[in-house]
Amino acid sequence: MMGKHFFSETDIKSAWEQVLTAFWQRYPNPYSTHVLTEDVLFREVTPDNRLLSRRLLTKTNRLPRWAERVFPGNLSRSVYIIEDSVVDLGNRSLTSLAWNVNHAKFMLVVERCVFMGEQDRPVWTRITREAWVSSGVFGLSRPIQEFGLARFRSNQVKAMRGLEHALSNLQKASATCHGDSAEKHKNLNSTSETQKPQQYI
Amino acid sequence: MNSVGEGCTELKREYDQCFNRWFAEKFLKGDRSADPCSELFHKYHTCVQKAIKEKDIPIEGVEFMGPNREKADS
Repeated sequence: MMGKHFFSETDIKSAWEQVLTAFWQRYPNPYSTHVLTEDVLFREVTPDNRLLSRRLLTKTNRLPRWAERVFPGNLSRSVYIIEDSVVDLGNRSLTSLAWNVNHAKFMLVVERCVFMGEQDRPVWTRITREAWVSSGVFGLSRPIQEFGLARFRSNQVKAMRGLEHALSNLQKASATCHGDSAEKHKNLNSTSETQKPQQYI
Repeated sequence: MNSVGEGCTELKREYDQCFNRWFAEKFLKGDRSADPCSELFHKYHTCVQKAIKEKDIPIEGVEFMGPNREKADS
């Protein structure tokens, strides 16, 4: 079955440690209104100092109108996505793999990201993003895959903006911490009323 | 950010706060001292697992890094 493949590589001017800290704190952000929930299901530090994590995300299931007409049942549920990741301090990499665990016959999107810090360029981080889009629907796999790839490209732009937004918040919090001992930590990535999350660099 | 379990969001926030602090101040600096967040995680985890069962979210038995191991290892 022919699927679609996407590949991109970009460097951002932020230290790897900051990028990773932001990776865990990127939701919510102004570009992630389609992400409804985020949960950590599992975490473990291995004996060789790698951090394994599993997150569950819920996203809205936005389909083009032609797909809504063909697959009316698809509207009923959000998309559930598992994101597994490995942080390797030894080689300064974070590798994540995310895929949807429902609506998978309609369309399966597997996304792999690698965030790489390089020793000789400490203020830069390389981000490699790959995706594979496939559909198991007989006779419609091509338009579904095209749609999936187009949506992925658009989401990729949002994801980068979201990450940059989280990085910018962390940098502001850092400036505040160093400048003022009375107001130790700024609440920046807050969602609502009561308990606001704190940010640490 | 909300948890998939409506009643778990507060527990999630407490855990996230603990984790973010530990991650930046300990893990990234190579400090291998004991994880201070395990109790918070346990409470949060119990709540979320209940919600996952209630909503019938199909995550049971999904292998780490999924069926697409060849992509992860390439």
